Amino acid sequence: MDSSSDLQLTASDTHAIVLTLVSALLAVLVDLAPGVTLAWLLARKQWPGKSLVETLVALPLVLPPVATGLLLLDLLGRNGPLGGALEVVALDIVFTWKAVALAMAVMSFPFIVRGARIAFEAAGDRPEQVASTLGASPLRVLFSVTLPIAWRGITAGAVMAYARALGEFGAVVLVAGNIPGVTATISTTMYNDILTGHDQHALLLAAISIVLAFALILTGEQLLRRALP
Amino acid sequence: MKIGMLAVLFFLGALAAHAADVAVYAAVSLTDALKAIAPKFEAATGDKLVFNLDGSNVLTLQITKGAPADVFFSADEAQMDKLQKAGLVNAATRKDIVFNRLVAVIGANSMLQLTSLADLAKPEVKHLALADPRSVPAGVYAKQYLQDANEWDQVEARVVPTQNVRAALAGVESGNADAGIVYQTDALISKKVKIAFVLPESAKIRIAYPAAALAHAANPDGAKKLVQFLQNDPDARAIFAKYGFIVGPPAHGQ
Repeated sequence: MDSSSDLQLTASDTHAIVLTLVSALLAVLVDLAPGVTLAWLLARKQWPGKSLVETLVALPLVLPPVATGLLLLDLLGRNGPLGGALEVVALDIVFTWKAVALAMAVMSFPFIVRGARIAFEAAGDRPEQVASTLGASPLRVLFSVTLPIAWRGITAGAVMAYARALGEFGAVVLVAGNIPGVTATISTTMYNDILTGHDQHALLLAAISIVLAFALILTGEQLLRRALP
Repeated sequence: MKIGMLAVLFFLGALAAHAADVAVYAAVSLTDALKAIAPKFEAATGDKLVFNLDGSNVLTLQITKGAPADVFFSADEAQMDKLQKAGLVNAATRKDIVFNRLVAVIGANSMLQLTSLADLAKPEVKHLALADPRSVPAGVYAKQYLQDANEWDQVEARVVPTQNVRAALAGVESGNADAGIVYQTDALISKKVKIAFVLPESAKIRIAYPAAALAHAANPDGAKKLVQFLQNDPDARAIFAKYGFIVGPPAHGQ
């Protein structure tokens, strides 16, 4: 029904597109520092509980997203162990746009860690040791040697993470809901369209996603080329 | 940067609209009707409706975990019962707003002659698409109908269980299933299927869509007003009917 309006973008569609792009970007930015640090710790150090942490990090890749969403909802919901604490500081996450970004951040975290870790491992720790021996401070080593060497891997991981976040559905729809104009993303809007028979509108959003994907891949290539030493 | 500014504007807009919001957690099958009703309710009361749309079972889960909902509008009485048992529903406000019926559909160009449940056992019906009869209400109802008509044993092997009603409809639309059993409201959405017959009224099977204000509603007055509006407002009732729902008699309290 109303098939004539199926090929038009409404205000809540625009909101969904902007929300998806911005939340996915926020998710990657939030993931970067802890993800790269953890990747470095995994690549360079031996410590107790390492394999446990490795498994935990990979979990969002293994579990169906909807299960990750359920875990987050259990954890952060009003009745959950963290939800109570969040309520005390009046931080409302679940069923707000913040939940969208959070679910995306959790789902895309493994990509950042993987990308950075492989880069750290490929580079080996020789350059860092050489720099230290030559008298560079740990901070100097970090910014002049460690990060520049791993930059390509980190960028590749971040691009993958952003792509994963853009398409995320299962976890987002559980912790953030599908609230048009508030938490609905491109994916959840398409899901709603398909369930209500607005296939044309779902395809319109799919076309927009394809355009976004092209833009993303091109930008990613540019970033990687610039990251070449 | 333009996108960033747009985003900020949108978020500010969302915050500003919070004054008299009614958060409505509604079954996804009600989407189109509720979107058409929303402006009428807003004009009549000044309260703005904010929807969260998903399967009734997902919404029930979210409400159980403390989602900030004011009204639950379910496509399934069992889900509402579950919340009511958990003490999360203001039971006095619960009303059956609309009803639905099941229909058998075939492809728009299909030559199949189907007029009764017994016809679904004809050899020409090689695949019968049903929402999963183990878990999805529409499929559970359809199986019940077929069992009551003593046809389930004949058709069971030909049933293609799908994730939801919409997927059953898509199966018939694509021609992969020769027939399907879906809600009347879904059949009316699609131009690629036609209704072969309406499943007969059954005393046992009642497909009702109950709505109720929730016990922990942040806007209890708005919630109550909305449930009453959905049940009694002539415009709301006309819109439900337009989308294929069956509207019950208006009732001012029970």
